Amino acid sequence: MNIDYPIALCTATVIAATPLVFAALGELIAERAGVLNLGVEGMMLAGALAAFAASVTSGSLLLGFIAAALAGCVLSLLFGLLTLRLGTNQVATGLALTLFGSGLSACLGRSYASLPGNALPPLHLPLLSDIPVLGPLLFRYDAAVYVALLLVALVSWTLFRTRLGLVLRAVGESPRIADALGHPVNALRWGAVACGGMLAGIGGAYLSTAVTPMWAEGISAGRGWIALALVVFAIWKPWRVLFGAWLFGGMTVLQLHAQALGIAVPGEFLSMLPYLATILVLVLICRDPRLLRLNQPASLGRVFQRER
Amino acid sequence: MTATPPSTTSNPAAARLKLAGISRRYGDIQANADIDLAIMPGEIHALLGENGSGKSTLSRIICGITRPDAGSIEWNGAAVSFAHAAAARELGIGMVFQHFALFESLTVAENIALALPRAAAGELAARIAGVSRRYGLPLDPRQQVASLSAGERQRVEIVRCLLGEPRLLVLDEPTSVLSPAAIEALFTTLRQLAAEGVSILFISHKLDEVRALCDRATVLRAGRVTGEADPKSTTSAALLRLMLGEDPAPCLLTAREPGATRLELRGFSLAADDPFGTSLQDIDLQLRAGEILGLAGISGNGQRELVAALSGERRGGGGSLSIDGAPCAQLPVAARRALGFALVPEERLGRGAVPAMSLADNALLTGARHGLARAGFIDGVAMRARARDIIERWGVRGGGPNALASQLSGGNLQKFIVGREVGLAPRVLVVSQPTWGVDAGAAQQIRQRLIDLRDAGCAILVISEDLDELFQVSDRIAVINRGRISIAQSAATTSLQQLGQLMSAGAFAHA
Amino acid sequence: MLELPFHVVRRTAPSLAARAAAPLLAGVAMALTLLACFAALRLPPLQSLYTIFIEPLASAYGIGEWLLKSTPLMLCALGLALGFRANVWNIGAEGQLTMGAIAGGGVALYMAPLLGPWGMPAMLLAGMLGGMLWAAIPALLRTRFHTSEILTSLMLVYVAQLLLAWLMHGRWQDPAGFNFPQSRAFDDALILPLLADGQRATIALYGALGLAVIAWIFIRRSLAGYAMLVAGMAPAAARYAGFAENRSIWWGMLISGATAGLAGIAEVAGPIGRLQTSISPGYGFAAIIVAFVGRLHPVGVVFAALLMSLLYLGGEAAQLTLGLPAAVTGVFQGLLLFYLLAADHFTGLRIVRRPARGLA
Repeated sequence: MNIDYPIALCTATVIAATPLVFAALGELIAERAGVLNLGVEGMMLAGALAAFAASVTSGSLLLGFIAAALAGCVLSLLFGLLTLRLGTNQVATGLALTLFGSGLSACLGRSYASLPGNALPPLHLPLLSDIPVLGPLLFRYDAAVYVALLLVALVSWTLFRTRLGLVLRAVGESPRIADALGHPVNALRWGAVACGGMLAGIGGAYLSTAVTPMWAEGISAGRGWIALALVVFAIWKPWRVLFGAWLFGGMTVLQLHAQALGIAVPGEFLSMLPYLATILVLVLICRDPRLLRLNQPASLGRVFQRER
Repeated sequence: MTATPPSTTSNPAAARLKLAGISRRYGDIQANADIDLAIMPGEIHALLGENGSGKSTLSRIICGITRPDAGSIEWNGAAVSFAHAAAARELGIGMVFQHFALFESLTVAENIALALPRAAAGELAARIAGVSRRYGLPLDPRQQVASLSAGERQRVEIVRCLLGEPRLLVLDEPTSVLSPAAIEALFTTLRQLAAEGVSILFISHKLDEVRALCDRATVLRAGRVTGEADPKSTTSAALLRLMLGEDPAPCLLTAREPGATRLELRGFSLAADDPFGTSLQDIDLQLRAGEILGLAGISGNGQRELVAALSGERRGGGGSLSIDGAPCAQLPVAARRALGFALVPEERLGRGAVPAMSLADNALLTGARHGLARAGFIDGVAMRARARDIIERWGVRGGGPNALASQLSGGNLQKFIVGREVGLAPRVLVVSQPTWGVDAGAAQQIRQRLIDLRDAGCAILVISEDLDELFQVSDRIAVINRGRISIAQSAATTSLQQLGQLMSAGAFAHA
Repeated sequence: MLELPFHVVRRTAPSLAARAAAPLLAGVAMALTLLACFAALRLPPLQSLYTIFIEPLASAYGIGEWLLKSTPLMLCALGLALGFRANVWNIGAEGQLTMGAIAGGGVALYMAPLLGPWGMPAMLLAGMLGGMLWAAIPALLRTRFHTSEILTSLMLVYVAQLLLAWLMHGRWQDPAGFNFPQSRAFDDALILPLLADGQRATIALYGALGLAVIAWIFIRRSLAGYAMLVAGMAPAAARYAGFAENRSIWWGMLISGATAGLAGIAEVAGPIGRLQTSISPGYGFAAIIVAFVGRLHPVGVVFAALLMSLLYLGGEAAQLTLGLPAAVTGVFQGLLLFYLLAADHFTGLRIVRRPARGLA
């Protein structure tokens, strides 16, 4: 086998993983603040459509990504309004958001379904991209892949090295105490939820402009839910999100290339792989309750309303 | 709304903090009514009152966490109102909470940093070290709070407050989790602070401590100020009358020969299931029919784990655990209850009772095998009758069988829960913190009914942080410390000092 | 800061009227939103509303379609509501419905001829068992490995649908079916009888209504139902009382799996008449909303299922007559749940007069 093939598999893995990195990182921020938003799938779909529509209409992919971030953000603010302002059940509200986002994107996206899309071009870095093996392996991705990597580093640094991150973690552990100490609990939660929405939107944008440059109803195919599982798998640590996403990206690629690799299993069973892997990975992490207890934000999913 | 800035020229004659006409209501309960209070600079002022008299609400108002419905607050002679806890802290009001306001998963330094305005990490470490040294409060800034003892946690809280350079330090029941030696150390620190001009509001229901420490005392009862006194010159009887109203009748505990062993633990051990919990180690305990065994100890020393192990909420463990001689370490809750076990847990709402269910529904919680359900179906009539019966016998106020558990005050709900468990005619009853947050009259009623139940032949284990209470009701007293239990002594021959030593000792030498 | 002479506090116990008012309020908000949307799309608002929600019910056939679509929603939501009351978040009813259809369909296709008159009961039982088995997986993972049933039950939806697709493209495909991804039609003896001629609703509706009565008795009168409710409201109290937590998880998952499985087999042995790759327009997901709108109460669920079914009909009508996309149903559903949750908040509040200010 020629060296190009494994390289192609690796790069395809990274590309398949990137939407998961964005979406899971966003959810990680929200969950670190104690908010469980099950609407990731809906926000990704909204982002995917917004990016596709905006980039096709304007011809600018940057505008597409901005539109996606906005779309995800708007949906997450709707979620914030209900859960943070009105104190509704986070699980039920998140489910409603997913249904709403899926329906809305399918509804509004009908006229875009057959259009050709703009694909995110790979970068060509002088010298670096031309290094044999390492060049195609590391330096020929589109810009969003590098942005995702930078974001992982940025979120990790912010969470564990800055005061903002410290306060966010404190809010996620006990909003009551954080409030008693005078920290703006709800403002931080709003911010975290909005970040989650923007990143989910961007993750969706990457789907419809890079992974498969097109729009189709339900294009995310459960990736929003996998992103949610990834956050648990990562025990709420950004770097582990990255590795988890690569694992799942690899699973997707394996499924597409199974034929070429000579694996004779029906396509449907290969398509089950990411979902089964998600279950397996969740079981492996959750079977040790102490691990969760030590890492999970203690107030996750609980309503906090300030006493007046 | 913002905090009004304090007047720059502070008037030396003005009170540091002056409250006038403060009122606050929670639903149907008037927690604070028309409260006046003044604290002078450098004064150690006691806020004295029974549990449930409104002390905690008032302290939360002073710290800007809760807003009063009415009334005014003056700081150094200037009117202020707090939009937020941060506003009160900026003025110089620091608070040490009764139940610690610390983040378990974070380190000491992180916890302190969260309560201060932005500070460089290196600088902060130096400041923590400085305050620790100056007030004799040793701390390791890198330790995770989850691994600290109660005394260490309180030190973190105090250092955190002191770094904010408060002019008024509010301490809510600071000694309830401390050993006698740690209390003495705390008092030394507080006196030093007062000498430096810091005002201290010391919230407590313990007369001895108030008399030992405070210059002046304001007494609360049922949300109202009932008097102001100099605690050093006023008699205990007079202070008690202010706190309690009429003198409650003391409990009647007559000596009695206990019967056969009902509950027995031999070399019982159980690892903590929670990384922030305490493991039970090598426990020997015998509880006999017709006796009350009091278990003293600072909270967080394994009481929670012991109760769960006895009730079956946690199963397993090494060594033996038996009820009436039948080994039951592996039995689930229902099977142990079938053997005659009953429990009044520490948490009333959410464990002892379901908050959003009616009292009738709550009667069913442990009453299914006592006539409230047949063949898997609920008997609604019997359920309501049972609830009405408990309400009448125990004088539970706040609604009939249809009232929600969450609508009752803490004391009335506790009466209902104790009444429900006692009504099951248990052979073994475990009661955890029987009178926490219960007003004095109800507390005395609960204690007397427990003694009556003991006289009827039940074996009772009372777990409490209140040593006075334990001396009132117990035949024998043991101490739990770091997951081990001392050998039980006769209450009549044990002294407070002995218990204090056992509670603060590093570990027991197991005899 | 401006002080209003009144303020808003949370009710300690939402009154029955308030609990019933929330869905009505949500319905009104929903109707207003639709009117606004139509106006924005330059469609005559009131007439459009009439076209998509009233006109479909104007004929006996239309009423039949309404009841037909209510049935699987009712079946799934009755089971889900029991689970949700116990804080068991089975959101994979769609997958359990699919597995019910596969298991029941398998019996119908390959075993029923051997069973004679027992073919139909065996098929329905197999459908329920199929759904139960699929729901047992998340229950096992939750009780044994503490794995959130939300994510696992959802992942299994995709797996079940892929399994059905594989069967329809391979083993179970109708050899005489021109290569369509579907099985051969079930024998007539295995097709559920119709409620009445001239429409398509089947007697499965009676089954759903009967289940609602059983569910009502279960939650009101049985100790197991009470224990599940306690487990949902206060898990520590359930442990204290000796109601095993795992038992209510198993009950919650297995019951909802069984009703979803029954819904699945009732669909394929009813209006569809055979197995095919797509057997449900998201009934399993819509049932989550039905359960909530029905206040997790069997009687409420029956009415909420009728309402949700109307939304499906409305979606179809909007597609046919107004040229809106079919996915508009999903938007309706999401919006309805949003409005309900928000309405719950407002009906849970009451306005009280502020006590007169003291000094200051």
